[in-house]
Amino acid sequence: MAWVLPALQIAPHWDRSHRARRVFAALWLLLAVMAALSLATGASGVSVPRLAADWLAGNSLPLREQVVLFDIRLPRLCMGILVGAALAVSGALMQGLFRNPLADPGLVGVGAGASLGAVLAIVLGGALPAGLASLLSQHLVPFAAFLGSWIATLVLYAVSSRQGRTSVATMLLAGIAFASLAMAATGILIFVADDQQLRDLTFWGMGSLGGASWHKITVAAPLILPILVLSPLLARGLNALALGEAAALHAGVKVERLKTLTILCVAAATGAAVAIAGGIGFIGIVVPHLLRLGTGPDHRFLLPNAALLGASLLIGADIIARLIVAPAELPIGIITALLGAPVFLVILLRSRGMLDL
Amino acid sequence: MLHATNLTVSLGSRTILQDVSFTAQAGQLTAIVGPNGSGKSTLLRALTGELPCIRGTVTLNGADIASTHPARLAAMRAVLPQSTPLAFPFLAGEVVGLGGRAQGLADRALAAVGLAGFGGRFYQELSGGEQQRVQLARVLAQVWGSAGPTDTPRWLLLDEPVSSLDIGHQLLVMNLARAFADAGGGVVAVMHDLNLTAMFADQVALISKGRITGAGAPPAILTDALLSQAYDCSITVNTAPRDGTFVLPHLSLPGVSAGPSR
Repeated sequence: MAWVLPALQIAPHWDRSHRARRVFAALWLLLAVMAALSLATGASGVSVPRLAADWLAGNSLPLREQVVLFDIRLPRLCMGILVGAALAVSGALMQGLFRNPLADPGLVGVGAGASLGAVLAIVLGGALPAGLASLLSQHLVPFAAFLGSWIATLVLYAVSSRQGRTSVATMLLAGIAFASLAMAATGILIFVADDQQLRDLTFWGMGSLGGASWHKITVAAPLILPILVLSPLLARGLNALALGEAAALHAGVKVERLKTLTILCVAAATGAAVAIAGGIGFIGIVVPHLLRLGTGPDHRFLLPNAALLGASLLIGADIIARLIVAPAELPIGIITALLGAPVFLVILLRSRGMLDL
Repeated sequence: MLHATNLTVSLGSRTILQDVSFTAQAGQLTAIVGPNGSGKSTLLRALTGELPCIRGTVTLNGADIASTHPARLAAMRAVLPQSTPLAFPFLAGEVVGLGGRAQGLADRALAAVGLAGFGGRFYQELSGGEQQRVQLARVLAQVWGSAGPTDTPRWLLLDEPVSSLDIGHQLLVMNLARAFADAGGGVVAVMHDLNLTAMFADQVALISKGRITGAGAPPAILTDALLSQAYDCSITVNTAPRDGTFVLPHLSLPGVSAGPSR
């Protein structure tokens, strides 16, 4: 019978999966190098190689160095890894969901939704009934950020998707509208905020890893880590979704469930990242784009590789942000925008014909 | 057997299909023909389960498609849409494997649609007709690679499979569908070209204004009266003259087969 085929499978010459696997290994190496550099960099002048030599010689570390390393630099590094990976993976997931390389949580208003949620929680959180407030306690801000990004993603998908196809123009324009709306609402909240709240709010304006603490990491990690580990399970479905919703359904994918899971993952990862680090743009668009150029758009490799490259890139940007005007530091959002905006323009120029703008 | 009973389908407030019953047998090529906007594609989309029906049921190999898991349906039938734009820079060979689990079939499926050696080319850089054939290769790979009982027939549901192809490739694709049916599979194809339909179909369903106005073997359906009424213009059915210039496709094309050779 013609439709039964022997199981003989030889990788064809055009197969890009081997390269993707090599890139995966190389990205782990890159992450290790960037992590070491990040630990060795900082305003305090603590020299990590000297400390390591000291420690190997059996001396205990001086208290000041211990504090710098374990309470300042290490949490900052861990937060950079978490946030960078979360942003890059949300970008890749969102682009897969919208079937569009320009969909980035930061650009299309999902980050703005998360920020608005967080700001709402900061300013109005005190008005919650005491019982509810103590129940949510330190999870209130991340939860509100998650809720904000979830609502933004849902509405955006409903607005820009028709009959299983996504209109890029509608998506980008709707994103602009969302972002403006969220900014206006945030502006009103800033107007009514008190001094302490204002200080908390300034942080949301420009993303930063500066406020890193183990506490923030314990709040965000339970949301981000499972998504990083489990998102590759969505890969086969997202690959099929590149053909459109109907074709994905015909290929055997439960499309509605795939969409719901993807939107939840994007919302949770973006929400958690924004909740602890503020709005850091362009990681979600630059990282998947670079990887697609190198190893193709197959989500089975794109998602894990995006997590690794996103982490490395954000740590790298953070190192630059700390070195360039030391002992002060530049908001990291400026560095990522400098790197990312040109990439965004390049994608836009290249795919002008396809985008129907 | 693919069987639809009393289908009624609406898009928005418009009723596209009204009380349509349709049957296709495995081992046959069943063509759906009719004028633009008559509901051909809508009927195919209802048969795939993509569109919900207000009334009526569709069963495929005895299973009600409304309650069958998409993965199980995908193992029984593959669907070729009219056009498939892709957002990401996939290679042609990667497109063939999209959504499926059988990655190793890509080169063979591409060869079957006359695109041997195209696996490493970017899908976006191919012509419209080549893209259409890559999609056909993907659909073939899906039915070839699906696990499941081999005694239940596999199905190809094709929405205008030859619409953007030149005449040689129209024949290649139709011969492929023909051979798939001859090997025991079922083929349902929405067709624009009545000549190709007459040449290749075992059964024809003529649809007009959302209703089936005729179903049966091509000579019984492709008649002056039925076609003129359905297409709302004067149509004369004829056979090709023996002398004089007359451009019409010919039946046989050597070296085409529906499945990969063993």
